[in-house]
Amino acid sequence: MRVAPPPHAPLPQGEGEHAPSSPTPCGRGPGGGGATRRAILQTTLLSLPFIARAQTAPRVIVIGGGFGGATAARFLRRADPHIDVVLLEPNATFIACPFSNEVIIGERDIAAQRFTYQGVTAAGVRVMPAAATAIDPTRRSVTFSGNQLNYDRLILSPGIDIAWGALPGYDEAAAERMPHAWKAGEQTLLLRRQLEAMPDGGVVVISAPANPYRCPPGPYERASLIAHYLKTHKPRSKVILLDAKDIFSKQKLFQAAWQSLYPGLLEWVSLSDGGKVTRVDPATNTFETDFDSHKADVANVIPPQRAGAIAAVAGVADRTGWCPIDPATFESKLQPGIHVIGDAAIAGAMPKSAFAANAQAKVCAESVAQLLAGSTPAEPRLINTCYSLVAPGNAISVAGVYRPVNGQLTDIAGAGGVSPLDAPAGQRTQEAAYADAWFKTITAETFG
Amino acid sequence: MRAGGVVVLAVMVGAAAPPPGASSCSGCHGGVSPVPVLAGRKAADIIAAMDAFRTGTRQATVMDRIAKGFTPDETAAIAGWWAEQK
Repeated sequence: MRVAPPPHAPLPQGEGEHAPSSPTPCGRGPGGGGATRRAILQTTLLSLPFIARAQTAPRVIVIGGGFGGATAARFLRRADPHIDVVLLEPNATFIACPFSNEVIIGERDIAAQRFTYQGVTAAGVRVMPAAATAIDPTRRSVTFSGNQLNYDRLILSPGIDIAWGALPGYDEAAAERMPHAWKAGEQTLLLRRQLEAMPDGGVVVISAPANPYRCPPGPYERASLIAHYLKTHKPRSKVILLDAKDIFSKQKLFQAAWQSLYPGLLEWVSLSDGGKVTRVDPATNTFETDFDSHKADVANVIPPQRAGAIAAVAGVADRTGWCPIDPATFESKLQPGIHVIGDAAIAGAMPKSAFAANAQAKVCAESVAQLLAGSTPAEPRLINTCYSLVAPGNAISVAGVYRPVNGQLTDIAGAGGVSPLDAPAGQRTQEAAYADAWFKTITAETFG
Repeated sequence: MRAGGVVVLAVMVGAAAPPPGASSCSGCHGGVSPVPVLAGRKAADIIAAMDAFRTGTRQATVMDRIAKGFTPDETAAIAGWWAEQK
């Protein structure tokens, strides 16, 4: 028999301070409004019939309201409306990363990236404007804003954190001078302002990290779109992409596009050619590599990353900083009862993408509903599709189909792959239209 | 009683569960043009389209690459489930 969870009256709050370690899904906006949020939270907690529900309904807590977490919360309610689903997300607004590279070059308004949680609430999810600060996997409880709440299953979708200090010289202060813009929001707008302010003839330097990181083709899409911006507005300028890798996602397609669209404007420096950045200096806007140093007019550091901090707090991150999971249920291999989805998870061949997070969330939600109901989830199949813009209205794609093999999500042989290299221009235009439709569809499915 | 509730839930969840692969489709196929909707479409039509994508007889951007990841049986299960959705 299951032991009934204790009553969930709010615990006495010290000064109710949030610990700095909080889930940081993509697009975590500025904080603030703590006192008001806390007041709302208290009211919400007190006004809901926790105790009555706790006796009969299983509870799933979801941490992180991005493409993974918001989807999981909504689909749990859809899979079984009896489940009490609580979503912990400190930000009232989510700012989406896909298409944020178009925001950087002024082709898109950041308002198009913003989503609220009204549709998640409307699906019957109890959205709590709070960050989880502690997780007890043994007692199955989550602490947030001085409250403690028990769960039957916990789903973590914390996205990424920047691994501050992993690249010497790059800390939070440095990011104000050399933006990463790898979580959409203020950083995106900062990079946009810097590009706009740069005089013609300037040099934009982007550094790309080693694998794994959020959005594998993202640095190359960004370099492409910045090259487009320079070609259009500041044609005597140049973009240099310093890379810690020799091979990357959609490589032949990107390189073909660069040759045809941006000759002499975009220079990619591979690992073998000395592209790995070993240190940055925000005082001089300089990137140092083993044999060279690159002074930038606009410096965009895409830094090393790891799972959002709450993953380490929960004990589900391994020494790599990411979270090993069972590929059928996304349950942590380190902590039973906790599932990890999205960028934070080690999902084998699946990339860290919004599409993947959403697809994983749907499989995980269904698995969790079945496990709570005492049944065994079927072996899943998952799909990923990612579009990249090589210029506005000009897109390429990669797709994959995955299944669990020997405990890892593995590419199904013969399926997947990238757009054909020799595709007619019409197909690139068509893929851009599909990319646009995809963003509308997936954000509607995620946020309602 | 809780034990009885669990049995009922298992039946409910089992009946509604999408077959392997089906839940990924709605990442793109959600009703935004030009991507066609799958919910409520005839299973035979979905199967025919997937067959054509798999064999390369229908022009595609990504669906040729995705269709090859599913056997005819898996495709039929996915198509049947989508046909039932609203």
